[in-house]
Amino acid sequence: MKDKTLKGCCLGIESTADDFSVGITTFDGKILANVIDAYVPPEGGIHPREAARHHSEVAAKVLEEAFTQSGKKPKDLSIISFSQGPGLGPCLRTGATVARALASYLEIPLVGVNHCIAHIEIGKLWTGATNPVTLYVSGGNTMVVAFEAGHYRVFGETLDIALGNCLDVFAREAGLHQKPGLPFGAVIEKLARDGKKLIPLPYTVKGMDLSLSGLLTAITALLKKGHYKLEDLCYSLQETAFSMVTEVTERALAHTEKKELLLTGGVAANRKLQSMIKAVAEEHDARFDAVQTQFAIDNGAMIAWTGALAYTNGTVTPVEKSFVKLRWRVEEVEIPWMK
Amino acid sequence: MDEVNSPLLIRKGAEANLYLADWHGRRVVLKKRLPKEYRHVKLDEQIRIYRTVHESQLMHEAKEAGVPTPKIFLIDVKNTTIIMEFIEGKQIKLLLKDLSEIERRNLCFGIGQLIAKLHKKGVIHGDLTTSNMIMNARGKVFFVDFGLGEKSEELEARGVDLHLMKRALESTHYQFAESCYKSVIDGYGSLLSSKELQNILGKIKEIERRGRYVAERRPQVSA
Repeated sequence: MKDKTLKGCCLGIESTADDFSVGITTFDGKILANVIDAYVPPEGGIHPREAARHHSEVAAKVLEEAFTQSGKKPKDLSIISFSQGPGLGPCLRTGATVARALASYLEIPLVGVNHCIAHIEIGKLWTGATNPVTLYVSGGNTMVVAFEAGHYRVFGETLDIALGNCLDVFAREAGLHQKPGLPFGAVIEKLARDGKKLIPLPYTVKGMDLSLSGLLTAITALLKKGHYKLEDLCYSLQETAFSMVTEVTERALAHTEKKELLLTGGVAANRKLQSMIKAVAEEHDARFDAVQTQFAIDNGAMIAWTGALAYTNGTVTPVEKSFVKLRWRVEEVEIPWMK
Repeated sequence: MDEVNSPLLIRKGAEANLYLADWHGRRVVLKKRLPKEYRHVKLDEQIRIYRTVHESQLMHEAKEAGVPTPKIFLIDVKNTTIIMEFIEGKQIKLLLKDLSEIERRNLCFGIGQLIAKLHKKGVIHGDLTTSNMIMNARGKVFFVDFGLGEKSEELEARGVDLHLMKRALESTHYQFAESCYKSVIDGYGSLLSSKELQNILGKIKEIERRGRYVAERRPQVSA
C-alpha cells in the first residue's frame, strides 16, 4: 500500500439492526469518532422497516456529528466501509446506500465488512488482545469464535435464538420498559440482584452449541402462572442462560488452548456474565477482557477499523458487488491480517 | 476411592478432569466432574450428578448397541466420579490427518455406522467430535464422553447429533471436513433403509436452516 493511503482515515457505517452508527479511524488504529444513534421502538420488538426508516432519518445528522467529533473533513477520507451483513435486510440496505453514495461522490474505494468480525477486531484493538477466543453475545448473535488457519471459526453458537433476544422477549412479556441507556438487559440484571430463589429451568447444551428457545418458553410460562417473584425469575433466567453460554465458552477455550478470552456484544455489559466468563478465563490461565460498552454494542468505529484492516490487505468491494448479505457467515471471510 | 493409587492428571477438560490411575492392579481412568465456580451451587451440583449417572448408563447402553465404550468399574455419585477402563490408543482427531484418502474414507464410514447403531438403540451421544473417539492398537474405535448424551427416539435429536458431528469436522478438520462428513453419512445410511436416510437428511437440512445466518435458510434478497 502507498503511504499516502495509510495516512488518511476510514469512515465506517454500521446499520445491521436497531443502531445507526458512524465511526472514523486511522489506518494505524486510532479511533477518532464513534457516534451511535439507537432506534428504540415505542413498543414491541424491532420492526426492520421502522428501524430502517429511523436510520435514513438520522443518517445525515450522525455523519455530521462524526466529522465534528473527529475534526476531519470528507476530503481526509481514504475509504468508506460499511457493514455488509449479517443483519436485517432493510437496515443493512439503508447503511449500504449511504456508503455507496459517499464513496461514489468522494471517488474513494468502498469496503464491505462482516459485522461479527468487526466486533472481534475492535475488541482486539481496544483491549490489546491478539488471538483470543471471543464470546459475542447480543440481541442478534450468540457465538464463540476463534481464529484458526486463515479464518475466524465458530466453535459454538446458539441453535435457535440469541441470548439478548431471549432476555428482551422475556422482559417484554414481563411488561418491563427500556429506555436509551437502560436496555432490557440492564433492567433484568438489576431485578436479578434482588432474586434469591433458583427456579429449575431447561439447561440445554449440545456439544459446543446451545439452545435458548426452550428456556424462554419455560420461563414465560412460569411468569404467566404468577407463582414466582419477578426478581427470582430474572435471577434464575440469568443464572441458567449465562451458565450455558459460559459452559460452551469454556469448552472452546479448553479445545483451542488460547490464552485470551474476549467478551463482547450488547450483553457483555452484564456484570454477572462478566464475572462468570472471568472465572473461566482464570481457570484456564487466560487473560480476560470485557470490551467497553460503546465498542461492544453495534458501532461504526468497529466497521471503520475492520475496513481499514481489510483495505490495507487488498480488499475492495466494487459497488456492483456491494449487495448486502443477510446471512453472511463468519467462516466465509478470509482474514489475511492474521497469521 | 481410597484404593486409587497415584492419580495422574491426563486431561483437563472443560467439563471434567481425567486422571490415569492404578486401581486394584488395573490401569483406569478417573473422570471427575469438578464444581464450576461460575455456576450457582445448586444448579452446578444437579448438572454434575445428572451427567455422571447418565453418562454411565448411556455408555452401558452403547455397548449393548454394539458400540465399543470403556468398561465402567465404579460410579461414585457423591464425588461425581466414574472409574473406567483406560483405552490405550489415539484420538481420531490426531489420526485423521495422517491417513490416506481411502483410509480416511473407511474410518469415517465406520464411524457413521457406529453412530447409526447408537441411534437405532435410542442413544444420542450429544457431543460427537473426533476428540471423543479413540482408536486402539487393533483398529477398534471407542466412543467416549457421553456426558451430554440423552435417550431419544426422535428424528430431531438424531439430526442434531449428526449436525454437531458435521460442525465438529468443519471447525477441527476444515481441510477435509466435507469428504469426511460424506463418508460418515454413507456409513450411517448403510445401516438404514433409504426412506429412513431420506428422513434424517431432510431433518438435518431443516436444522441447518433453523441455524443463524445460513445461506440456504431462505432465498437471498439483495439490493
